[in-house]
Amino acid sequence: MFKLFHPNKIFQITSKAPKYVLILFVMVLSVGLTEALILSPEDYKQSDAVRIMYVHVPAAWISLGIFSSITFLSISGFIFKNKNFFLIAKSLAPSGFVFNIIALVTGAIWGKPTWGTWWAWDARITSMLILALFYAMYLISWRIYESEEKVFKITTFITILGIINVPIIKYSVDWWNTLHQPASINILSKSSIHSSMLFPLLIMTAAFALFSLLIFLMKYNTELIKIKNKGLDRL
Amino acid sequence: MINELLFMNGYGAYVLSAFGFTLLSFSALYLITKVQFIKEQNKFVAKFGSLNSEKAKSAKSQKINKEILANATNN
Repeated sequence: MFKLFHPNKIFQITSKAPKYVLILFVMVLSVGLTEALILSPEDYKQSDAVRIMYVHVPAAWISLGIFSSITFLSISGFIFKNKNFFLIAKSLAPSGFVFNIIALVTGAIWGKPTWGTWWAWDARITSMLILALFYAMYLISWRIYESEEKVFKITTFITILGIINVPIIKYSVDWWNTLHQPASINILSKSSIHSSMLFPLLIMTAAFALFSLLIFLMKYNTELIKIKNKGLDRL
Repeated sequence: MINELLFMNGYGAYVLSAFGFTLLSFSALYLITKVQFIKEQNKFVAKFGSLNSEKAKSAKSQKINKEILANATNN
């Protein structure tokens, strides 16, 4: 089964895919922005400030999703001794980190008109900040350690520690009194958000997911060419 | 209509700066990743060009190397 994950096979797809993903991303983002900024209604309490949700929430969701994927890939890479899992995880990290920063910054911008402050040491915000630190540690580790064995071990250790924070982020609004409201969207039960707001939110999430796929593909191709460059040196 | 869209009941500065920051971050990440990719690709082409014919033949036997070269010439 792991033959499917061989870089040579994957490169045939990943080298051609970015241009198509970029076109699709621009199309979905255009629809998402029109919905989020023009067509969606304002909130009865927050008025137009609610529109910040359309960038803040998808960014937070995707950064959490990417960190969970990185952890899963790192652990799998370690168990199955498959280097390519680490390479995929490494290529996913930059977009995850950027989405985390976007969630923090847009959260601060949203906080000012709704809570009257840019920043509060609330459980959700603090745990998201901790996630950004784990992302930073993960990315720095790839830069500072030369030995593959060492970097695989250290990055896996960082992701295992960091993944403990993911359920804390998710349930922080239920476990502690925070400025954040409880989740409005539930997969298993009825969501409390109206469809006129849910639709743009899902479109923007799709656009953000496509962007992270685009960055992943470009980064993964770069990593593969880097490996091939080393291979040419050895010839 | 445009004034309404920009003003957003007094929240325009917050909303547009949040969207602006997001799009700026996207552009920066895309450009950085693209530059890194082109740099590695050019390095590969330069290294490949400096190989002697025997080594170049051996390197070209790998499908992935051929793909990288083909992509580099297409770009």
